[in-house]
Amino acid sequence: MFFYRKPKPWQGREADVTPRALYINRRQIMAAGGAVAVTGLVGCGGSETEASTSAASTASSTAAARQPAPPSGGLQYAGTGYSVPDPLTPIDAVTGYNNFYEFGVDKSDPARHAHEMSVDPWSIEVDGHAGRTGRFALEDVVDFSALEERIYRLRCVEAWSMVIPWIGVPLAGVLQQFEPTADARYVAFETYLDRREMRGTRFPVLDWPYVEGLRMDEAMNELAFLAVGLYGDVLPNQNGAPVRLVVPWKYGYKSIKSITRISFVSQQPETAWNKAAPNEYGFYSNVNPNRAHPRWSQQTERVIGGNLFNRRETEMFNGYSEQVAHLYAGMDLIENH
Amino acid sequence: MAKRAVLRSFGRHWLKPLTFWLLALPGLWLGWQWAMLLNGQPHALGFNPIETTHRFLGDTALRILLISLAVTPFRDITRWLPVMKVRRRIGLAAFWYALLHVAAYLGLDLLIAANMSVAGMFAGLWEDVAKRIYITLGMAALVGLIPLAVTSFNAMVRWLGARRWQQLHWAIYPVAILAVLHHGFMEKGNQPMPWIHGGILALLLGYRLVRSARNRSRPSPAAS
Ligand code: HEM
Ligand code: HEM
Repeated sequence: MFFYRKPKPWQGREADVTPRALYINRRQIMAAGGAVAVTGLVGCGGSETEASTSAASTASSTAAARQPAPPSGGLQYAGTGYSVPDPLTPIDAVTGYNNFYEFGVDKSDPARHAHEMSVDPWSIEVDGHAGRTGRFALEDVVDFSALEERIYRLRCVEAWSMVIPWIGVPLAGVLQQFEPTADARYVAFETYLDRREMRGTRFPVLDWPYVEGLRMDEAMNELAFLAVGLYGDVLPNQNGAPVRLVVPWKYGYKSIKSITRISFVSQQPETAWNKAAPNEYGFYSNVNPNRAHPRWSQQTERVIGGNLFNRRETEMFNGYSEQVAHLYAGMDLIENH
Repeated sequence: MAKRAVLRSFGRHWLKPLTFWLLALPGLWLGWQWAMLLNGQPHALGFNPIETTHRFLGDTALRILLISLAVTPFRDITRWLPVMKVRRRIGLAAFWYALLHVAAYLGLDLLIAANMSVAGMFAGLWEDVAKRIYITLGMAALVGLIPLAVTSFNAMVRWLGARRWQQLHWAIYPVAILAVLHHGFMEKGNQPMPWIHGGILALLLGYRLVRSARNRSRPSPAAS
């Protein structure tokens, strides 16, 4: 429904992966070609003060479509109406303070070690109840000529939060390309796993690989997003390169990183954190200040990059009730946490 | 022999002040980093300085506690007796860091979450102790350390008498176990660090079990 115009020649397994050089080349062509018009410079007002240090975001707030590509190979994208008024989290915090346990459990480990993961070329295995399954190159899953920016709040279960300008495409359109059948009641995602490239996976912190999932109607919600970039540039590895989920009304761990598999399933998937501690991390994991987590009170949050001596009141669904509350009408959200 | 003389002189004149400053170093470093942060200077506290502070103080308290438990085995192995003079001060430093760790949690989290109401802060602590297992364990560890710290004056030791005082200090074993469990239950998932701390603690406690079993099987005059 979002960009159905694009069907590519789907060739199942033969479609295979794009050679590295071609992939990089494509990104450069896209960046330089400027085929995409900037439809609305949303959220840049909020970002101006905090983000002006980033070359990439400067590109986004000026007439990006006509600018030559930033040397880093920044992305071309349109703005949308999805934005929050809060100031953006500085880019060095967004890329330097991460939970990505595949690279270590310290918040600074991913920035230190994630470069060991190879993300070019990248392919995604699609299986389950869908008309089109098989292995697809990233470029055949995400239309890099239809990228948009969305400024979302991210609320971690550890009671801290950020505001991040993501670049990507709505998840709904991506999933519909694969023609899910009526039996596809849930969609599961899996993170890449390679013990050599991901040193954190050598210790069983979780039952690797990392798995997350959504109910189909959640996945089709307008807010659900597949990001390939942030702050105007391709995703750094520590933020889940080359493609990651962003579901801003749920705790951060639902927004799975470095996706290599998408499965359309009929049963609620067993997600990584839910398996590790079911009473702490439910399948839904909607941001909910009324449900005290066994580890952290969820009523307030520390805004990363914000005033140290102030805490923000956490909002139901992280402030996105208008878009998502209807998905849970009649459900007990304490029980179905 | 020259070497032995140097060692004796070191033990007599330098060991205590050196230990003191080494134990104070983590605290001084943390204070320095906070001063830099509050003055807008580059600092090493990362993007979430409050979390970094809790973790740093918690780790420091626990590691110093483990060091205090390593003093006796160190003496047994090296037969260097002066080290016993600093055991109390090492144990006491662990207590101070644990206290700072809790004070930071009270002041930098609970007080702010309660909109600067002190009553709200303690209500928050009580709620945490009642609801969150890892904080229940941390609180138990802290409470266990208090009698040791309170009796850490020479006068108190004399008043208690060596035997009772020694009995009191057995509390250090459950306290250390509680502190490792506190750390383990606090971490999300199954993380390596609590296992490492727990492994070291198991070695230190295991050493005592083996030693006391040996002592018991031997005729008595060896008691020291
Ligand atoms: C009422 C008592 C205590 C409270 C409320 C408390 C609170 C906390 C909190 C909130 C954290 C998590 C920090 C974070 O990740 O944000 C923590 C971690 C920790 N605490 Fe405590 N604590 C208490 C007592 C103790 C004691 C007595 C010790 C040791 C002697 C200790 C050692 C640790 C350690 C080792 C960690 C983990 C640090 C890390 O992950 O690097 N705590 N504590
Ligand atoms: C007046 C103050 C203190 C004195 C004179 C003192 C002295 C002693 C003595 C003689 C022992 C030997 C007990 C045994 O081997 O069974 C001992 C054990 C111990 N005390 Fe203290 N202590 C004092 C304060 C503290 C404090 C405040 C702490 C920690 C918070 C502490 C931690 C320890 C530790 C770790 C052991 C070693 C237990 C072992 O190695 O088996 N001490 N202390």
